[in-house]
Amino acid sequence: MSSILLEGGRVIDPATGFDAVADVLLRDGRVAEIAEAGKARSAADETLKVKGLIVAPGFIDLHVHLREPGQTHKENIASGTAAAAAGGFTSVCAMPNTRPINDSPAVTRWMQDEDRGAVVNVFPIAAATLGSLGEKLSDYRGLKKAGAVGLSDDGKPILDDRVMREALALAAKAGLVLIQHAEDTRLSQGNPMNEGVTSFKLGLRGQPAASEWQMVERDIRLASQEGGRLHVAHVSTGRSLDMVRLGRASQVQVTAEVTPHHFLFTDENCSTYDTRYKMNPPLRSAADREALLAGLIDGTIDAIASDHAPHSLFEKEVEFDKAAFGITGLEIALAAALTALYKSGKLSLPRVVALLSTNPARIVGLGGRGTLAEGSVADVTIFDPKKRWTYDVRKTRSRSRNCPYDGMQFCGKALATIVGGRIACSEL
Amino acid sequence: MKAKPRSLLGIEPLDSRQILEILALAKRMNPARPRLTLRGRRIALLFYENSTRTRTSFEIAAKSLGASTVVIHATTASIEKGESLKDTGQTLQSIVDAIVMRHPSSGAPLLLSRLLDIPIINAGDGMHAHPSQALLDAFTILHHKKSLKGLKIVTIGDIFHSRVARSDAHVFSKLGARVVFCGPDVLLPETACALAPGVEIVREMDEAIRGADVVMMLRVQQERLSGMQINVDEYVRRYQLTPARLKLAKKDALVMHPGPMIRGMEMTDEVADCKQSVVLEQVLNGVKVRMAILATLLGAKR
Repeated sequence: MSSILLEGGRVIDPATGFDAVADVLLRDGRVAEIAEAGKARSAADETLKVKGLIVAPGFIDLHVHLREPGQTHKENIASGTAAAAAGGFTSVCAMPNTRPINDSPAVTRWMQDEDRGAVVNVFPIAAATLGSLGEKLSDYRGLKKAGAVGLSDDGKPILDDRVMREALALAAKAGLVLIQHAEDTRLSQGNPMNEGVTSFKLGLRGQPAASEWQMVERDIRLASQEGGRLHVAHVSTGRSLDMVRLGRASQVQVTAEVTPHHFLFTDENCSTYDTRYKMNPPLRSAADREALLAGLIDGTIDAIASDHAPHSLFEKEVEFDKAAFGITGLEIALAAALTALYKSGKLSLPRVVALLSTNPARIVGLGGRGTLAEGSVADVTIFDPKKRWTYDVRKTRSRSRNCPYDGMQFCGKALATIVGGRIACSEL
Repeated sequence: MKAKPRSLLGIEPLDSRQILEILALAKRMNPARPRLTLRGRRIALLFYENSTRTRTSFEIAAKSLGASTVVIHATTASIEKGESLKDTGQTLQSIVDAIVMRHPSSGAPLLLSRLLDIPIINAGDGMHAHPSQALLDAFTILHHKKSLKGLKIVTIGDIFHSRVARSDAHVFSKLGARVVFCGPDVLLPETACALAPGVEIVREMDEAIRGADVVMMLRVQQERLSGMQINVDEYVRRYQLTPARLKLAKKDALVMHPGPMIRGMEMTDEVADCKQSVVLEQVLNGVKVRMAILATLLGAKR
């Protein structure tokens, strides 16, 4: 295999605490060497001059809907991973709400097959219950063996206490993290937006914040009894973070992720019934947004995930209450994080890298990834934290364009994505 | 981008001058004396929800201006076969000059106005807005009061589900009235205060109604109460407009109701038929105001 030398960039690896200008040599799909500038021990076939840029361990998106099998009019694995590569992600965790639902080792393996044409790593998250119906558990050991890195019924919660308890216990035995879409659907009723001043004005029924945080509270209580690792997907309310803090204080193994849209927007963005702002969990109040930013700063939130959820125009260009939930986000998650968190002075670059790479790798247990330590997998993201650009959704690699970031200006952009030592996407 | 034609989607985008212009024009309208300023124009009445009052009112208004109308009911159209709002709208656009639309989804008329290049007139969307009703309510009040400025207008009942209450609040607020909402927690969330400037919540009906210039009663939507923990007897006891309660309002207070009215529920027979009730005036005024809306939006010369 070939070798690549990344020359003169600022290398940031939160896993090892490394943060300095250095050369990185990738050989045979591994990180071969990190050396002082110009002092690499061996030559490379190809050199990328990355002076002034950041060289980081490849980004891992914990929450992506690739829609394949079954809904390829929205996305497929090839197009979704192409969008991921463009956004700087070297790995994506694929949620199981495909058709059929990925609740079996067969589908899990099929998704990882070479024939799917993925250009970044695809790590399936399998359904925690058969058909994601919240009743009978799927085969956790078999799923893990087939390559699943986590379990979730994403899009739906596991409501039944008994089933959730069992899922936590068995996931722990199988060594898999249980990822919960925390929503008490008996309270949220599938309503199209957050409950608050804006929903009242618009005459839309709302999802109360309690429908999320009460479920987080219950999950943490069950995890404290059963053990196991709980990961709270797309946290959207301040109270949910309070529950995570309480859980950690009593030694529950709980982690949490947030999406860029929840820390950038609020429910007021729905004021014109623009369905590009309709997703689940919904955009919340300004106070919740502030609480999420605080949670990113104080470390309560472990990861930033896109919740990339592609939908066709005909599923979005309809009445607000009938429109599909979800937006695309793989191509702008890094840019959004850099603009809202780094440029604004809230977080350092190493913290942003940890949220996008180091921590996600730990949450789903991807050994050898999420770090640039010598010998680790040569998954690398190279980005310019200062590049100004405007997102144009017409140029997206995704099959769908349901994206509120269209036309928005960002500061910071992924410039090259290297997966297993091969360049998956590059503007260098 | 081409400028969009004028639509009436809600009260919020209008300023008080535009509102008063429509109301002034309505004063000169009379369905008994047709003026055929919209002769040759075709107006579709696209109804995704049942309606007697509003549909008939718009239809008579359009015809009194010389326009031809076609009524489309969702249940009898391709809509039932699964056609999207976009496709239904685009189909209609090629054969009519304007669409009057009622829809159970809040925001549906706004969506249609974005997709089409003909005026869209909102005849009620979900729980969101009912601008023509709000304008006719303001018109009716102005027939009896010199101005809305400083008036205390109290709206009682199921505010949460009511598009009329929302649009009324906007129009009354823009014309300078004090808007008091009164109802139980589940039908009147605290967030309602933020709807428009000058909106306040008073939970006790006696207190809400004291000194009011206008009492607007809303229908008790029994079909919606069932899921909520509300006891109908209790509701009637606390929020029914009785002659005794009406005495707490100003002597010349108006009693209004957007209809349909359920006697014995939100108000007693005596109140429904009392001299202060202007419920039937509201209906006649509805035609005049809708004539003014159509004339204004379809660009007819006055």
